[in-house]
Amino acid sequence: MSSPNRAAAALAIAAAGLLVGGVALAIFWAPEDVDQGFSQKIFFIHVPVALTAYAFFGFGAWKALRLLSTRNSRYDLESYTAVHMGVIFGLLTLVTGSIWAKTSWGQWWSWGERQLVLFLIVFLFYSAYFMLRYSTDPGPRRERNSAVFALFGVALIPVSFLAVRIAGTILHPTVFTHDDGVAMPWEMFLAFCICLGGVLALAATFYRVELAGKRIDESLKELREQLA
Amino acid sequence: MTSAEKYVLAAYLVFLAAVLAYLVIIALKVGRLEQELGDLVRLARERRDG
Repeated sequence: MSSPNRAAAALAIAAAGLLVGGVALAIFWAPEDVDQGFSQKIFFIHVPVALTAYAFFGFGAWKALRLLSTRNSRYDLESYTAVHMGVIFGLLTLVTGSIWAKTSWGQWWSWGERQLVLFLIVFLFYSAYFMLRYSTDPGPRRERNSAVFALFGVALIPVSFLAVRIAGTILHPTVFTHDDGVAMPWEMFLAFCICLGGVLALAATFYRVELAGKRIDESLKELREQLA
Repeated sequence: MTSAEKYVLAAYLVFLAAVLAYLVIIALKVGRLEQELGDLVRLARERRDG
């Protein structure tokens, strides 16, 4: 097995182990939340998925910056793949968050919650990335436009992440605060960290596989053009 | 099963379904790439053999 394949396989195995272990600890070992009861267990999947979406958008912006500074086309594909994965994890964040909202607040969505609305804006912004990308022919112009768009989007992330802390909130809970640190028992925090590690390892596996697929696609396209 | 347990199960199943759906998409993509590669190899052999 080649080295990249071995790394992807190791990541996949780590993801499976961490996710199974983390979810088991979250459900059967971590104490129930005093306010929300059992429904708070959604936190262990919802928050890691949301943080992974943010990480992908940030990673996509970093690759976009590399493209603009070096003009190397490989960063375009890497930035595009990161945004692609970020949108998938963003959609999962919205769906799992809605399920949590329904059981915890009694409603699927609240337009009054700034953090939810700002996350939706970030998600829709990055969804529009694909429309921009595929409205231009492949080439340096499309690479530059996509990179600038990905860079603009990343400015929304700190706004979205800090919105609930700056503006104050009624419904959406804030677990990690600047003043009090981690506002949860250590058992919960440990289970959360393992789940976060599992989701990040899974996301990294998906990223590698997706990027390899896109690179093979491009190579085959080039080969087809040469043989035509 | 309580109402909260059903919602928690639903959230975890959504995550699992997304992972499985992604695996299906990747499997289909690998199949398509394999077929395309086979076509190109055949075309290259035909060119070589004249």
